[in-house]
Formats: sequence, C-alpha cells, structure tokens
Amino acid sequence: MNAAPKISGVVSAIVLPLINLVVALLLSGFVVWLIGEDPVAALGFLIEGAFGYEEAIGYTFYYATNFIFTGLAVSVAFHAGHFNIGGEGQAMLGGLGLTLAVFWLGDVSPLLAIIGAIVGAALFGAGWAYIPAVLQAKRGSHIVITTIMFNFIASALLAYLLVGPLQRPGGQMPESSDYPDGIALTKADELLELVGISFEQSPLNVSFLIALFAAFAVWFLLRRTRFGYEMRVVGQNAEAAKYAGISVPKVTVIALMLSGALAGMMGLNELLGEQLRLIGNFTLGYGFVGIAVAFMGRNHPFGIVLAAILFGAIYQGGAELGFEMSKITRDMSVVIQGLVILFAGAMPHLFKRPIDALSARFKTRGNV
Amino acid sequence: MKPAIETREISKRFGAVQANDQISLVVDKGSVHGIVGENGAGKSTLLKMLFGFYTPNSGDILVDGEHCRFSNPTDAMSAGIAMVHQHFMLVEPFTVLENIILGAEGAGLLKRACAEASVKIKKLEEEFGFNLPLDTPVSHLSVGERQRVEILKALYRGAETLILDEPTAVLTPQECDQLFALINVLKSQGKTVLFVTHKLHEIIAVTDAVTVIRGGKVITRMATSETTPDQLAEAMVGAKITRAVEAEDRGGAAQARLRLTNVCALSDMGHAALDSISFELYDGEVLGVAGVAGNGQTELLEVLSGMRRVTDGEVTISGKVTNTSDHMYDPIMLRDMGLAHIAEDRLKTGVVSSMTGRENAVLGYQRTNDFSKGGLLKLNAIADAADTYYETQDVRPRDPDLPLEALSGGNQQKLVIAREIARDPEIMVIGQPTRGVDIGAVTKIHDQIIALRNQGKALLVVSADLDELMVVSDRIAVMCDGKLAGIVPVDQADERTLGLMMAGDASTAEQQTQASV
Repeated sequence: MNAAPKISGVVSAIVLPLINLVVALLLSGFVVWLIGEDPVAALGFLIEGAFGYEEAIGYTFYYATNFIFTGLAVSVAFHAGHFNIGGEGQAMLGGLGLTLAVFWLGDVSPLLAIIGAIVGAALFGAGWAYIPAVLQAKRGSHIVITTIMFNFIASALLAYLLVGPLQRPGGQMPESSDYPDGIALTKADELLELVGISFEQSPLNVSFLIALFAAFAVWFLLRRTRFGYEMRVVGQNAEAAKYAGISVPKVTVIALMLSGALAGMMGLNELLGEQLRLIGNFTLGYGFVGIAVAFMGRNHPFGIVLAAILFGAIYQGGAELGFEMSKITRDMSVVIQGLVILFAGAMPHLFKRPIDALSARFKTRGNV
Repeated sequence: MKPAIETREISKRFGAVQANDQISLVVDKGSVHGIVGENGAGKSTLLKMLFGFYTPNSGDILVDGEHCRFSNPTDAMSAGIAMVHQHFMLVEPFTVLENIILGAEGAGLLKRACAEASVKIKKLEEEFGFNLPLDTPVSHLSVGERQRVEILKALYRGAETLILDEPTAVLTPQECDQLFALINVLKSQGKTVLFVTHKLHEIIAVTDAVTVIRGGKVITRMATSETTPDQLAEAMVGAKITRAVEAEDRGGAAQARLRLTNVCALSDMGHAALDSISFELYDGEVLGVAGVAGNGQTELLEVLSGMRRVTDGEVTISGKVTNTSDHMYDPIMLRDMGLAHIAEDRLKTGVVSSMTGRENAVLGYQRTNDFSKGGLLKLNAIADAADTYYETQDVRPRDPDLPLEALSGGNQQKLVIAREIARDPEIMVIGQPTRGVDIGAVTKIHDQIIALRNQGKALLVVSADLDELMVVSDRIAVMCDGKLAGIVPVDQADERTLGLMMAGDASTAEQQTQASV
C-alpha cells in the first residue's frame, strides 16, 4: 500500500543490531590483524574471557548491571523526549547518597542501612537531575548542556569530599572509610550456595536482580501506567500533550528525576556490591556507555538488558584478551568497545536502507 | 509577442486529490499578472509546477513560446523563472551580499566572489532602485527589506519572470506600498511578475490581468481594468451550495452555551491575535468561522479549548467563566465540562502520529475513570473503545495496533471525530474539519456535524473553505486581522460579501454587521 515498504519490527529490533555488531567485530578484527595478531583467535579469547568459566560470567554480568541502570536512565529520559547525558554525574551523586545513608544508618541496623542506601542512591541521583530538569522545563536551558556541566560539578564535588570531610581518617587516597562490617549486598556465589549451587567467587551481586527488576518496572511504567503514557505523549509530540491537558513541564521534570534515580542506583552494584567504600570517579564512564546501551537496546527495557550484557561481555572479554595476547593492550579493548559503540550505539540505522531494499526485493519476488 | 509563461491544460493529482485540473494560463511578457483563489484552490500547486518543484501529470509549460520540462527549480531558474517564497529562504546570520550570491558564488575564493558580485549587484541596485545595506547581516533587516533581498537575489541570477507567492501576507501597509512601487519598476524594466494573493484590492492595485482559480480549475481570466472586486470575489468563492440537511427548530431561546466577551489574546510571536472578540453560540446551532488563514482563527480555537490564556475579556462556557487573564480551565477540566475539541492541525496537535491508533483513541481522555484507575491504564477498556471507534466510523485499515501515521488523513480524522464525540459533549470546537481528508470522507463529516447540531449540540467550526461553511453553518462569523468583521446568518449570506469581509473591506463589513443586528 505504501510506496516505501516498512521493515518489520523483528528486522529492526534484532537483525539490524546484529549486523551492526558483526560489522564492528569485523573492523576490530581488521585492527587486530594490523597489529599482527590472529583475529579469529582474538575473538575466541574474547568470548572465552566473557563466558568461558563461572568467574568470567560473574564479571560479565557484574559489568552488565552497571549498564542496565545507566541504559535505563537514558531511555526513560528519551521516552519523554530528552537526552540525559548526565548519567555519570547522577551516578556519582547516587553513590554519595548511598554512602551517607550507610554511615548514618550503619550502626542502627544492617537491613535499614541497605534500604536507606537504595533510597539514598535514588534520591541523590534524582536530586542531581532535578536542577537541569527544572532549567529545561521552565527556562528552556538545553538539557544536554546542563547535564554535561553537572557531570563536571559532580566530579569536582566528589573529589572535594573525598580529600576533605569524607576522606578515610589518615588515608592518602581519594576514598572514604570502609562501610561498617556486614553492610553489603549479597554476592551471587553466596546466594546460589543457599539453594545448593556452587558458583565461583565474583563481584556479581544481588544488584543484578535489582537492575532486572528496575528494567521490568520501567517497562511497566511506560506501557501500563497513565504517567508512562503521558510521558510518551510528551516525548513524541509536546503540542499534542498540551492538547490532551498534560502539563509538559511537570512531566519533563518527573521523567528526568526518574532517569537520575536510575543512574544513581548504579552505585548499588559498584559500591555496595563490590568496593564497600566510596571512591572518587568510581563511575568510570559507565554513565556515558549507558547512552550507547540505550540506543542499541532501542530504548526498550528488554533490549537494554540484552545490550547491557553484550557490553558487559566486551568489557570483561576485552580485559581477558589483554592478558592472553601480548600485543593487545588495554587500549585495544577500548578500541573494540569504541567500534561497537560507534556502530551499534551511534549509528543504529546505518544499514537500514540496504536491509529495506533487500527485504523489499524479497517481498516483490514472493509476490511474483 | 510570445507570452512569458504559458501553461496548456496542466494537471496535477496527489492520490485522490486533483489539485490542478487542466489549468491553462497565459502570462504576457512585461506584465504583472495576478492569480487569486481561496486557500486550497490549487494556487501553490500551480506555482510549484512553474518553478520546477513538481512535475505536471499532463499538459505543457511554455516559456517564451518554447516547451520546457522542469525537473527541479534549477531548471526553472535557467529558463529565467524565479520564485520569491512566502517564507523567505535566507540565512539570517549571513550578510545581504552573502545571501545573494549563496549557491552562485562563481569563484572559488569567497573574497573574490564577493568583490565580483558586489559590482554586479550595485549595477542591479541602480537599475531597479534598490537601496540595501549589502554588508549587514540579514537578521538585522525588517521583513520588507528581507523580501527585497529575495527579489534582488532572483534578479542577480538573471530572472526574467518573478513569481511572488502571497508577498504581502507578512508586510505592513507601508511596506506593501513600497513593494507595489518596486513591482512597477520591475515591469518598466521589462520583467514579468506573477503575483499570487487572495487580497482583491491588491490585484486591482498592481496587476494588468488576473486569473481566478477555484477547486483546481481556472474559473476566469480577465483584464484587471475590466473587472471589479465584486466580480473577483464571486468568481473566487463560487456559487452557493444548497444545504444537505434541513435545519430543525431550536425549540425556544436557550441560554448561550458559549459566550465571548471582548476577548483579546496574543499569538506565539507576541502580536495581538485576537482583538476584542465578542459573540455567542447557542445549543443546536453551528457557528462557522471564516477568514483567510492567520487572521486569529488558530488563537480563537486555542482560547476556547484551554490552550491559550486570554489577555483581556472572558470566555464563558455553560455558565462558567473558563478563560480570563487571571485563570484558565485546562483542557482536561474543559473536557469534563463537556467540551470536545477537534484540533485544526491534526498532525501537529490532535494526534501523536507515531503512536498506535489505540493509544490515540484515548488522547485527552486518559485521566477519565473509563480509561485509567489509580494511575494504571485500563488496557482492556482502551482496546474496546478503540475497536468501537474504528467500527462506528469505519476507520481503515481496521487495525488499532498500527501507528496512526500508517493511516490516511481521512481515516485519522475519523478516529479523532469518534474520540471526541464518544463522551457525548455539549459543545464542540472544530478546526478545519476536512483538511487533508480525502474527498469521499468529506460529505460524511459534514453530515455528522449537522447531525450533532440536530441533537442539540453547540458547534463552532473554523474552516478555510467557504463552501464547507456554507454547507454546515447556521451563521457565519468572518474574522479579519484578529477582529470579528461580522456575523451573517447563512440564508442571508452572500459569498461575494463574505469574500470582501475576509479581504478586509471595512465598509462592507459594517453594512453586514448592521444587517445582522
């Protein structure tokens, strides 16, 4: 009926990202070949390093947890029509909120401290998104500019606190004291032991399940609640939102705060799961990678979980690759990540036209 | 002498819409030729074919007696035809000089190109009496000056025929006079000007000959000296169409459902868009609002539907004051009061085209108890409602899961109408009920409007299409320049007078207001 045939949802959601991934890997292989290593063997090490044994799987999913949180954060803002690239800063502030809650409630009760930590992480992350959100909604200051500025401010604030009031007494590093004993999220191996499965030790912890729950909650919010509906209307057509009686500024602020809360919860995995203290710049760029994860996952919570696992695998497998092949340094795995981000994250529609043309040709043949 | 431009029975069709139907036009060389017609009459399509933006489905275009086929505007330009668009195509931060040479720089280095060009431009300026500051950024210029930049740009490229598309729509009266003076200079220097407008006095003021277009067809071609505004208005709006559905008695004078008292409002740009508008709308009647686009109709719809705050005066709906400079009922409160709003610009305002039919079926009603409870959407109820809407209005394709952009304009509009009448509103505010709707669906929409009126609803219909208003309205209000030029009962309405009122002929407007009082 339409002149231009539309590609089906399946093709767009699965085939396109896969093609992007394959192209990124081919290019990476070419770079590996250029520096004189065997690309096929490198790919083998990468996969082995990411999924080959229990500890590797643990690490892969541990990294994936960070990416789920930050990817969801980007996507929630995106559904409301905004590009929140302040996940990094919101995660830092979330870590701060989490740490303050732990020190405040740590002596009262461990359970209370954990709950406080979750709430603190979300609240501080949301709070850090609130100011750019209000500036955007009420004053029209562009959120991309303000959130990236807030990343710098957050980084400076954390640096100040960690060499000042929050620094470990007598310590030299920019980090806080250790969290009180027993205040940590349960590790995966401990959890699995409870049901009688033995699993090697790894940093993977309960926050992976929290992240999965968050993904479900985001899906539920977007598809099942009135607010999610109104948020999507605002994101797709602000003028129609006005027509429907939806307050665009209000929805914008709330959506961006939800986004900040999700980014802030990244600290649960990194700090309360593994480091057990607040350290400066613990976010390590995960907030930015969240943008690529959200794009590759098509801003769908389920897609984001898959994309996050892929990125986790590249992080973990890439690190292993460096150990196995002498010529491949840590920078090399950064190059591979970069290529995947470039193709899958930044240019998700690169191969849309050729695929469209191809599927159109198949369809016409089918008709003949 | 061969005509500068001649078209022989050119036609252009878009889907089901025949935008131009065998248009034959002769524009004499060195003359100013006017083209008049209402919005949607097919003027823009004709122009776009003349400067190569569209290619005709059939018919020929001749320039200086030679057959031409334009596949893009560059082809038309090289044949000496240039277009001055209603919305200027200028790069604001660039200087006048840079804008004029943009795309025709002529030399690799900008400095040399500018030097060469400015000599040529100075000569043109002398010849045609321009006085533009070549080194000033365009953003510093007034609207009238920008238009002159566009004209100079066309001349610089060697245009022999200039097409001016509603050039006065954006100008102040003084700037209009300057433009007319310039047009006369152009003519005296042997250029041909094609002047498109719907303001009749302008046609009388500057043109030598005029062609009237209505419904995609040429109605008449006359020498301007042999015609009058009255004749043109009649040709432009056409003959009266008899009502499809007979009016029923209102049954006693009711209280006004809607009352506007001295309503003033600003446009988005901060200009006065509504200037002391007062009228009443009763149950069981359709009040049509006519006017040339951009004379306050958009703002009127927004003021009524809670999307724009008035700056003075008040709006009263069902006895409640809903919009004053202090407070405004929001669209949700108004819907609860029984006001339904069919937005004038469907795609921009009335629907979310990337969302599914189902999601669009509840837009604006998402907070009612029917469709959500405790913050959760009632998905089953929404699906049922969408199915019902698709069924009752015969929306095709019958698949509410498709995004709305996959539907034709007419089918989108059917869904919108179904959504807005579903909750049995007391009063409906309708903008452009059949814009972008395929011909087949138009009659059905008109029938529905009249049926709602016969059920005792109060309806306000804004339309750019006078024929449409003649079919559906009981009374027709004419807006001009943010003011109410008058309200005329439809059985006394005379297309010619309405056309003159729309065109801002004050004396006629006064007569009509007195007649209707």
